[in-house]
Parts: sequence; C-alpha cells; structure tokens
Amino acid sequence: MAEKVLMKGNEALAEAAMRAGCRFFFGYPITPQTELAAYMSKRMPKVGGTFLQAESEIAAINMVYGAAAAGARVMTSSSSPGISLKGEGISYMAGADLPGVIINVQRGGPGLGGIQPSQADYWQATRALGHGDFRVVVYAPSTVQEMADYAFTAFDVADKYRTPVMILADGMLGQMMEPVVMPEPHGGSVEKPWATTGHKHQRAHNVVNSLYLTADELERLNVERYERYAAIERDEQRAETFLTEDADIVVVAFGASARVARSAVVEARAKGVKAGLVRPITLWPFPTDAIEAVVPTAKAFLDVEMNMGQMVDDVRLVVAGRRPVEFFGRTGGVIPTPVEVLARIEDLNARMTKGGE
Amino acid sequence: MAEKELKTVFERPHALLPVVTNYCPGCTHGIINRLVAECLDELDVEGDAVGVAPVGCSVMAYDFFGCDMIEAAHGRAPAVATAVKRVHPDGVVFAYQGDGDLASIGMAETIHAATRGENITVIFINNAIYGMTGGQMAPTSLPNQVTQTSPYGRDTDAAGFPIRVCELLSSLDGVAYLERVTADCPKNVRKAKKAIKKAFQTQIDGAGYSLVEVVATCPTNWGMTPQDSFTWMRENMLPYYPLGVYKDVRAEGFANASEAAAARAADCPIANPAAQAEGGAR
Repeated sequence: MAEKVLMKGNEALAEAAMRAGCRFFFGYPITPQTELAAYMSKRMPKVGGTFLQAESEIAAINMVYGAAAAGARVMTSSSSPGISLKGEGISYMAGADLPGVIINVQRGGPGLGGIQPSQADYWQATRALGHGDFRVVVYAPSTVQEMADYAFTAFDVADKYRTPVMILADGMLGQMMEPVVMPEPHGGSVEKPWATTGHKHQRAHNVVNSLYLTADELERLNVERYERYAAIERDEQRAETFLTEDADIVVVAFGASARVARSAVVEARAKGVKAGLVRPITLWPFPTDAIEAVVPTAKAFLDVEMNMGQMVDDVRLVVAGRRPVEFFGRTGGVIPTPVEVLARIEDLNARMTKGGE
Repeated sequence: MAEKELKTVFERPHALLPVVTNYCPGCTHGIINRLVAECLDELDVEGDAVGVAPVGCSVMAYDFFGCDMIEAAHGRAPAVATAVKRVHPDGVVFAYQGDGDLASIGMAETIHAATRGENITVIFINNAIYGMTGGQMAPTSLPNQVTQTSPYGRDTDAAGFPIRVCELLSSLDGVAYLERVTADCPKNVRKAKKAIKKAFQTQIDGAGYSLVEVVATCPTNWGMTPQDSFTWMRENMLPYYPLGVYKDVRAEGFANASEAAAARAADCPIANPAAQAEGGAR
C-alpha cells in the first residue's frame, strides 16, 4: 500500500497532476497558490516536463490552450484575480473543446481583495468563467487528500469530455498540511486524433478553432456541446453526505467551510439537534441528486459559505421552495467558526420545531 | 516534327489548400500566404508544421494552409505557438499575425516569446490599419494617417507614435533573425520569400526566435486602388519602416541567439558562468 506523506495542499495538487501524466505547467506568480508553481518548477525539469513562468495569466492560459491543442496533458494554477484574467482562454478552450486543468486557490475579492481564504469565486467557477454558452467541470476538495485525488481525476475527466476542468480550492486548503496517500502514477496517454501534432502527410489537416461565422453551425455545435454537458450532469455529480438520514436541519457546505460545518453538525448532534451535512464535491455539475434525496426528510436547509451567499442559489434551485433555505457566511477572508455555525443550526432548529407544533 | 513537351512552370503549393480565400482584391495577404506555403513545401516540413492564425483579416488562415492549424485568441498567437513548440520541439511552428494582433493587444506575448528565444517563426503583416473590423487606427498607423478612429489624422500628441516592431525586437537577446520586407513587385516578392524561408530555416536549426515583417497595403480600408496603395505605401510607409535585416545572429558569426546573448553579457559573471570559469583558470 502506498505510504502516507505529510504535504501542503498546493503541493499535493502539483504532485497528483504530475502523477496523472501532466508534463506541462504554465503559470504566473500569485498568492496563495505560490507553493504549487514552486513545486512544479522544481519537479518538472527532473521528469522531462516543462515548467514555464508566463508573462501574464493571459499568456499562461493561452499556453494551456496551445499545449492542449498539441495533445498534451496541461495545467495552470492561479488565485482569484488571476483566474479573472484567464477567463478569455478558458472560454476559447471550451469553444475549441480542449481538455485542460485550471486550479483556483481562492482569496477574497472583489478587485485585488485580500490574500486570506475565500469561496467568493463560486459564481465565477460555476457560471461565468468567460463569455459564451459553456460549462466547466468544477471540483471542490475539502482535504489535502481530496486535493490530490481530484487533481488526478481532473485530467481523465477533461480528456473524456474534452472540456476544461477546474479545481476550486482556497488559501486555507492550499496552505494547510495533512497526511495524504498519492494516487499511483499513470501514463496519461490518451488517443487524441483531433490534436494539432503535425499531420505527417498521414491524414487531413487538423484545425483547433472556436470561430464559426455561420449562425446555424455555431448553434449546432453549442447544442452538441450541451448534450455532452447533460452526460456530465448525469454521470459526474459527486457529493458526500454525513448524518443526513434522519436530519431535521441539513447543512450544505463545500471545501473549507464544509470542514467547519461538519464540526458544527457533530456538536449539534451532541446537543440533541438532528443535524446533517451535504457536501458538494462537484460544484458543476451541482449534486442535485444528493440534495433532492434529503428534501423529503429535512425540515430546513442551512447553506454555509465563505462568501456573501452564492452556492445557496443552487441549493434553492433544487429545493424549489419545498423547504426553507437559509444562509450563513463570512467573507473577505474570514473563516466561520463551528460555534457560529452551531448557533445558526440551533436557531433554525428552534424555529422549525416551534413552527411544526 | 515532335510536339514540344508541356512543362509545369507554376502550380499551387501543396501546403496551400485549393480553397478561395476571404482576402479583398489587391491585398497582399494572398501572396504572403502563398510564400509561406511555398517555403513549407520547399523545406519539406508541411507534415511537421503547426500554424497559428490570429484574429484579424487572416483569422481564417486555418482554412487556407494545409498543415495543422490552430486559431488563437486576439494577440495570443505567440503564447499558443510557444506551448505547441514546447510540446513538439521537433515540429515547425509559426504564427501569422497582423499589426493590431501582434503590436497592440498581443504586444506582451510578442515581446516575451521573442525574449524567451522561442524557436518559432512569426510572419507579421503590417498594413498600418485594422482591416477586418473596418479600418481603425493601428499601432503602426502613421502620424496624420486618416482612419475610422483617427478621422482627423493620427494626432501623435493624443494617440502617440507608431511602433517599429523590428527595431523594437532587435534589442532582445532571444531573437535570432528579423527582417522587414514588402511584396509590392516581383523583385520584392522574391526577397520576401527568401526572408520567410530563412526564418523557417532559423527555427529548424534551433537558432532562436525569428520574425519577418511584411509591409503591406489595405486598399479597401485605405480607400485606394491596389496600385495607388502600393504608391502610398512606398512613399509613406517605407521611409517610416525601412526594409532590411534588423538582426541575424548567424550572419554575425554566432551559432544561435544564446551564443550572441552570452557574448553581449560577457562581462556579467552570473549570466556567463562558462567564461568566468575560463577566466578563473588563467
């Protein structure tokens, strides 16, 4: 069995990516993803890979576009303001059906914001990574082990569906250390007959492109892409449920805030409140099925995030008015405490019990 | 009497697909596309080549060239080409860009690909205007040149000065070969082809970054006939953008851009550890 090693989240992302066969990394310095690029710059040359510090986030994502077009497993990492700059390239990747992995180790925003952990890029990740009709698969790990596991999985999913995949982490997960078992390396060699590798006079020329000047053709391609998205929504939802079977109050939280929420749920149970947790691991596709499964038994939902309330929109879309959905969040880099979340659970539970009698 | 045998003296290059281009009549993009394709043929590299098309009039070059092609975002062709070349170091990678793409929105990508000494070839078409979007002021529009967005002529007090790309890039250590040409007459077309072929050869030999700037016309947006456009170009553009070789490290006696860079930094110990070790031994 593989041995456990103590690693920082950012380094686990990098090592797992390399084990998934990623040999090309293009990035630009930004806090708090620093350790990831530093790790890549140290390791890539040792395995015949490429680490290139680009002149900007825009150049970096367009290098990802180029390397993906050329058939390579490729990754970039950044943090919130840098991800905004990458939006252009991510949209082009989606439009050209290129696989690639983008890491966002989130910090507070908007603007230059802060450098403390945040989850304020949920909407950006799940709704608006760039212009146009497209989706990106988004994983939200909540432990260093999951950072490794989903960075590894991301490459397979990206290649399978020919789509960009994002890992939405945050400064807390990126910088904390935990024991982790690294996935076993695999070659990452996937047939890519569409790639621009030079045709060697063996086939017609390949073109990687997102420009379609005929409206009907562009519509047809977008509709086809959405059929692929429907398959992703059906097959790739991931969520963890914790003590939800008999839960009156179901807390919904992802990533770092789910760690806090879990502690609060445990404490609530100790105090006799039937609380549970649904933790979305994929933010898109949103784990509709996991939320839907608890709607019949839950009395109310409490959505906890490190922002002003973003994922709560998706929870409400699933719950669709059948149960109350409340929100608690801290923002600007403040991490909610289990005590604060527990107080919200108890308060909500008290109101539900009163209302029920 | 035996009939004279027919001999083919002119045909479509293999690397140019038999399709109709979208270029306006009188525009030299078609000629330059052809020259690039002829060079790919003559160097026998079409099968290894990956071209990167820009946003602009040549945006659809991916439908014209027979080699593998990528359409890049506006200005990002050098970044895209960089990555393709890193993935396929034995491939022949070129970007085909206009003035707005290369010298305005993509200037950072241009400068940094050049200074990194990426082994790529850039074909740069400078016609002093944004063609595709209908004739706006370009980074290379001349002082007092009238365009859609400089209707009173480019006022250098307000809009600044044009950028001379070859001159600018010539100071960068990663650059191996830079030449400015035009395609206004058969003699200059032949010179342009020679430069493009040399740029590709520079890449194939791994000598560093190469760029050929082609001073071109835009009859449609300049509002002139093709012939008047060439006259205007010769009278106004060529004095501002003189033709010639702006850098050729191999002609200077160096094997590649890195050697030339090392010689230039000979007195800098950290940049030139080998020379320093030699000095220490004396």
